[in-house]
Amino acid sequence: MSATAHAPRRVPLRLRFRLPRAVRTPLGGIGLAVVLTWLVVALTARWWLPYDPLAQDLPRLQPPGATLLGTDGTGRDLFSRLMAGASVTIPLALLLVACSTVIGTVIGVAAGYFGGWADEVLMRLTDLFMAFPTTILAMVVAASLGPSLYNAVIAAVVVSWPQYARVTRSLVLSLRTRNFVVAARLLGSSPVRILARDIAPNIIGPTIVLATLDVGAAILLLSGLSFLGLGAQPPTPEWGSMISAAIEHFDAWWIGVFPGLAILSVVMAFNFLGDAMRDSLDPTSALGAGPDERPTGRDADAVADPQEGPRP
Amino acid sequence: MSILTIDHLGIEIGHPLVHDLSLDLEPGRIQGLAGQSGSGKTLTSLAILGLLPRTARVSGSIHFGDRDLVGLTGRRLADIRGRHISMVFQDPSSSLHPQLTVGHQLTDHMRRHLGLGRRRAVERAVELLSQVKVPEPERALRRYPHQFSGGQRQRIAIAIAIACEPEVLLADEPTTALDVTVQAGILQLLRELVDERSLAVLLVTHDLGVMSAVADDIAVMRAGRIVERADRHTLFHSPRSDYTRTLLEALPGARHGGSDA
Amino acid sequence: MPETTRPAVLHAEDVSVVYPGRPPVVAVDGVSVTVHAGETVALVGESGSGKSSLGRALIGMEPVAGGTIEFDGRPVVPLGLRARAARDTAMQMVFQDPSTALNPRRPVGDQVRDGIRAAARRGVDVPDLPDLFGRVGLDPGSAGRRPREFSGGQQQRLVIARALAASPRLLIADEPISSLDASTQSSVADLMRRLVAEAGAGMLFISHDLSVVRRIADRVLVMYAGRIVEQGPTEQIWAAHRHPYTRALLGAIPVPDGEGRLPRAPSEEERATWREAAAFLD
Repeated sequence: MSATAHAPRRVPLRLRFRLPRAVRTPLGGIGLAVVLTWLVVALTARWWLPYDPLAQDLPRLQPPGATLLGTDGTGRDLFSRLMAGASVTIPLALLLVACSTVIGTVIGVAAGYFGGWADEVLMRLTDLFMAFPTTILAMVVAASLGPSLYNAVIAAVVVSWPQYARVTRSLVLSLRTRNFVVAARLLGSSPVRILARDIAPNIIGPTIVLATLDVGAAILLLSGLSFLGLGAQPPTPEWGSMISAAIEHFDAWWIGVFPGLAILSVVMAFNFLGDAMRDSLDPTSALGAGPDERPTGRDADAVADPQEGPRP
Repeated sequence: MSILTIDHLGIEIGHPLVHDLSLDLEPGRIQGLAGQSGSGKTLTSLAILGLLPRTARVSGSIHFGDRDLVGLTGRRLADIRGRHISMVFQDPSSSLHPQLTVGHQLTDHMRRHLGLGRRRAVERAVELLSQVKVPEPERALRRYPHQFSGGQRQRIAIAIAIACEPEVLLADEPTTALDVTVQAGILQLLRELVDERSLAVLLVTHDLGVMSAVADDIAVMRAGRIVERADRHTLFHSPRSDYTRTLLEALPGARHGGSDA
Repeated sequence: MPETTRPAVLHAEDVSVVYPGRPPVVAVDGVSVTVHAGETVALVGESGSGKSSLGRALIGMEPVAGGTIEFDGRPVVPLGLRARAARDTAMQMVFQDPSTALNPRRPVGDQVRDGIRAAARRGVDVPDLPDLFGRVGLDPGSAGRRPREFSGGQQQRLVIARALAASPRLLIADEPISSLDASTQSSVADLMRRLVAEAGAGMLFISHDLSVVRRIADRVLVMYAGRIVEQGPTEQIWAAHRHPYTRALLGAIPVPDGEGRLPRAPSEEERATWREAAAFLD
């Protein structure tokens, strides 16, 4: 008999996530593939761009053919700017989502777990921020901070965190009444321990799904702010501001269409991926196995051998 | 004599769950299908009305009259469901539509299957509710399911099931979710309906007490197969299969009931 | 009977639980319960009787509107945001549905160890994990697995193991066997009774299943509409019950004897008498 029962073991918080199953679906797989491709582009673009995205030394308004995707109104290669734009937009969108998630989750957990006046105060705060139309609030913040891409990110975080707070709070509320959390309280576990071991691992999954589905919206928000001139400033290659610049050259359709397609592809890819991940977590869908709650062991032979051990 | 014959039924969902199952239902008799969870008894009842998930593969045949219910779809299946073969489920709070009045739910498919006019359907609905002993039937028609107790909801579900005078009634754990004093009333109702209308009933339950109270014949299922079938008295007094014996011994009331785990 | 000489681990007097509403719902209406060390007391009743509300109130999960609850001679402090005092972890609960009583994302061994840790904090004898697993009939080697790899009956045994790991003086079991297969119900109930008796603890076994209760309980309290209508030693309740509700309850149990006897269904008039009839509380 080992004495391991007496040594308190520190169990690492394992992030056992169902990514593999999620991408076994066609759409999930496509989503992941496209996302990964764009991530690779975003990380490595600077080393293989055919032209300098900022140099204005090419003939202007060339249709696709001479250069891969043509050139824009100031003689810059569109393809290079498009790829460079990925390394601007995508990392910032991910940063934006990460910040919103962290802020929103912390607030949501605090409100949901502690309840009482903390809940009231935090939720009214959340309601306040949610009451503003997203774009307008972002515009106001960006305008007052001064138009720049980083200020646009700040503005976007300000409008994006409330949804995480709400979702997290309701997840925590439903978890709090679940018997395993009650059991932990009956055993004298401290709130910190309960939050770390019982609450957090059970909200990570849905939160990641929400975040993934939000990346698309983040990209659209950042591009939108840049389109309005409140985000990326020229000459930064950013897809939204590239579309804005295309307005002056309507018949040079390639200047606006390709950035638009790029935005479309990234947003759709994250949405497919997020949908597939959500389905894999959902116990009622064909894809989902049910997050650990449907017992796979059998009681079928319980009568025959009451001392049954776990099934393999 | 038998009105519904299950012949060598096999059900596979991912892997085989029911094997070579044959069973007959006769008018005026309650056929019990006993077994624990995972034995396949519920799947068998769902197969009769084509209620298995789409990924299920069914082999064998289920003869009802001159029709084979296996593989039946669309219009022909819809004609049988509710009209000739009905089903009552375990949880009356989820088997009744929460947003339709009881009257609506009763008259709806009566009018579809029997072609009754509205007034006649309502009259019949009142008759049915009195037969199942739901108090104040006329007022009950205008109420919603959540305004009734669990036992009354189950009576309403039974009323809906027999509304079109089916020949066969499938009951899947009809009293498991009910209190024991309420269960007694439902079991009595079931017996009355069978005796008065010559209904053929398939009663699926794990509760051997319920089997003993109302079933005429009992088939015991284990791991997808029928391991024993007998009339009620014989099964309880001289079971032939070891599995049945251990099930009986595990009953809390039995002399050597339960194990000393 | 040595009952009265044994200490009372639980003593609740005139407990009421009221839920808000218009009008407010009185779920528990002035109930008194005592459980002594080493005995199993059953609380039986049907849905709406208030037995689960009472169980939750006794352990501190539910606020009481009136009455006192004492555990080991001291008032029970309701569960709040702060960690429960070590001394009160000697009161444990076994819940109805094992699948929600275990954290799906943690290995089961770790969860049972939480119970061991609670006992250690009280400075009492700390049970051994493999020993606990063995006592509930599970393979100690399976401690690293997640709950979903176990069957329902096994999950409930894990819940019991975790509760017992805390070396409780009182175990409150709220419908602990209802979600299990019919054939495992008896063995798990027997197991609980045996382990609790061995530990010298008291158990309050809440259930609607009278046949099981008859096997394992020393005393029975019959609850209806928020009140105790009858209580006494188990066999007395069966052989010499007095309250009409007790009679109806016992008469409604189908006897698995193969005789085709329909259990008696109480009529509406009968039901009306249950509330009015006097309680038999001696």
